[in-house]
Amino acid sequence: MISMAIVLKFIVAAVSAGTPLLFGTVGEILSEKVGHLNLGVEGMMAIGAVAGFAAGYATGNLAAAMIAAFIAGALAALIYAVLTIGFMANQNVIGLTLTIFGVGLANFIGVYMVSQTGSNNWQLPAVLIDQMKNVNIPFLTDIPILGKLLFNYDPFTYVGIIIALVCGFYLFRTKAGLNTQAIGENPSAADAASIQVTKWKYINIVVGGGICGIGGAYCSMVINGGIWINDCVGGLGWIAVALVIFASWKPQMAILGSFIFGALRILKFYMPSVIPIAFFNMLPFIITAIVLLAASIRGAKGSHIPEHLGMNYFREER
Amino acid sequence: MKRFLALVCSIAVMATLLVGCGNGGDQGSTSEGGETSGITAENVKVGVIHIGDPATGSGYSYTHDQGIVAMQKNLGLKDTQIIRKNNIDDADATAIENAMRECIEEGCNIIFATSWGYMDTCAALAEEYPNVFFSHATGYQSNGKNFNHYFGRIYQARYLAGIAAGMKTETNKIGYVSAMGSENGECTSGVNAFAMGVASVNPDAVVEVKVTNNWYDPEGEGQAAQALLDSGCDVIAQHCDTNNPMIAARDEGVWGVGYNSDMTAEVGDAVLTSVVWNWGAYYTQAVKNVLDGTWVIGSKVEDYFGSMSDDLFRCTALSAQAAEGTQEAMDIAAAAIKDGSFDVFTGTYTDADGNVIGCDGVMECNDGKTMEVDGVNYAAITSYYKNVVVK
Repeated sequence: MISMAIVLKFIVAAVSAGTPLLFGTVGEILSEKVGHLNLGVEGMMAIGAVAGFAAGYATGNLAAAMIAAFIAGALAALIYAVLTIGFMANQNVIGLTLTIFGVGLANFIGVYMVSQTGSNNWQLPAVLIDQMKNVNIPFLTDIPILGKLLFNYDPFTYVGIIIALVCGFYLFRTKAGLNTQAIGENPSAADAASIQVTKWKYINIVVGGGICGIGGAYCSMVINGGIWINDCVGGLGWIAVALVIFASWKPQMAILGSFIFGALRILKFYMPSVIPIAFFNMLPFIITAIVLLAASIRGAKGSHIPEHLGMNYFREER
Repeated sequence: MKRFLALVCSIAVMATLLVGCGNGGDQGSTSEGGETSGITAENVKVGVIHIGDPATGSGYSYTHDQGIVAMQKNLGLKDTQIIRKNNIDDADATAIENAMRECIEEGCNIIFATSWGYMDTCAALAEEYPNVFFSHATGYQSNGKNFNHYFGRIYQARYLAGIAAGMKTETNKIGYVSAMGSENGECTSGVNAFAMGVASVNPDAVVEVKVTNNWYDPEGEGQAAQALLDSGCDVIAQHCDTNNPMIAARDEGVWGVGYNSDMTAEVGDAVLTSVVWNWGAYYTQAVKNVLDGTWVIGSKVEDYFGSMSDDLFRCTALSAQAAEGTQEAMDIAAAAIKDGSFDVFTGTYTDADGNVIGCDGVMECNDGKTMEVDGVNYAAITSYYKNVVVK
């Protein structure tokens, strides 16, 4: 009854639905690996969304939009970094504040721009919409099944996967990345081992925020087809925070995790309607709980929560 | 305990003061026995409670606010005579009540409450302020004196949109993204009217429905449309707020039928037509009725269930991609609807399970509680027409 073609289309749709989550998750992993739980993912994504959209609107260039989104997300994360690293403010409070601030700022700018357009419609130029279309690689995209499955997504998806792989390599295969992980586990020990704790915290949090920002740009530009809509991130940032746990703090796992979450989010539209929709809306969180449970029972190496997550490091208290 | 008592006392005192102010604010209206409410174009003050922010440029609150703007222009009211309360969550009873009381304190004598969830607060405050007119959208309660409900037979326009979709489809599968499931009469009557329109020109076509279970879910609306497209639909209709279903259809190289705003303008020719509200027709009429004494606040107001002939809604101009002959077919149906010889929901119909729905001569049997206008029990339409499939 369920044809192969529909399954294929379901997988393609799941990857698209998972792409914004991938950015948010990888960004948050970088932050959490240095011990900073940043609940401001939603806000950083929102700021990236409006910045990317505005840059795309002004330049008509996708790369410019992504860079603007990255910078805006990074600046938002910098606020968080200064307050939590420099001023030792409570991470949860600052994170939540950043979410409220980011979403509000994005809507404020969005509404202002809508009012300025005259047509009541803040829309990306057609030249940019063309660049956001699914890529079409000669020969590769034409391979039956595999072509559609692997080589026919929009550019954001590929950028996201590359970023996730690079971050995975950085965290687990480079000296700097391993040092970074040491900071999240035990900052005083890392400090004693002459790792520059503050510097690497700043770098990770700010870069992580930038990555979240690109995810926001995906929400405003791709999901809504180039027409500005308020609250365009719509809670995806929060799911990304949950997804970090699902991915057990590994960027490579985040690729798989976000696509699974993407699939869970659209499953309700592809399944027979006998099961209530509320059940499907609940699935991602239930599965996170199960994964968390399984991980703690298994006690898997290297996939546990950073020891000092959520705690600020005050050098004089060593 | 003492503290608690003190708190209760102080709240009681404040409440009394508020009530006092409220009553003092609208002495202009003399409803008892008078010919008019004593409200003139100079002293009328209109409060509007919006669930969202009209500044967003599209969507539900925006279209309602465009209606208010049109009313203001038609009647020549000053900006200071309109008070807007935006982003009032319709599940937050305290916020609703505060917003309405603020309006009354500022001297409003007419309050338009634009969302379903405002109904109970309207009913309660209408008792408390007999000289303020509460007009509530989409609900079913009213008191005939200073509290009415208003909505429109939007299904008439959806029937026409169904004709456009039915004539265009090549796969004979039409998708419909609905905010709520079949239990919601507003959505279901829309789906059914659309499906009847489809069937009138294309008996072989089926209408496939996907439900987002949310009145506003940009991402989900696009995804639901994508799922419909993936299952082979080549025209997508919608009862939800954003352009995303239309964008999904356009990007797939097929067509759509929009809702709420003229989505042809926003998304392009792939949108054959859009079903749009023109709330200004009601808002102008309602305020006018109060000003000229047709309605007297405190003794006589009527419920409103507007039709296509009232210009409360319409289908926007067909795009260049609509099938040949669509305009003619829509015109014939529209003429019959406007002259009253046809109202989509007349008589009985057979639903998807083969049951015969409705009583003789009227659409639904009335249970006495839900909104009923001219025998049409709007909110009780909860089973889909025979060519509708839900997968």
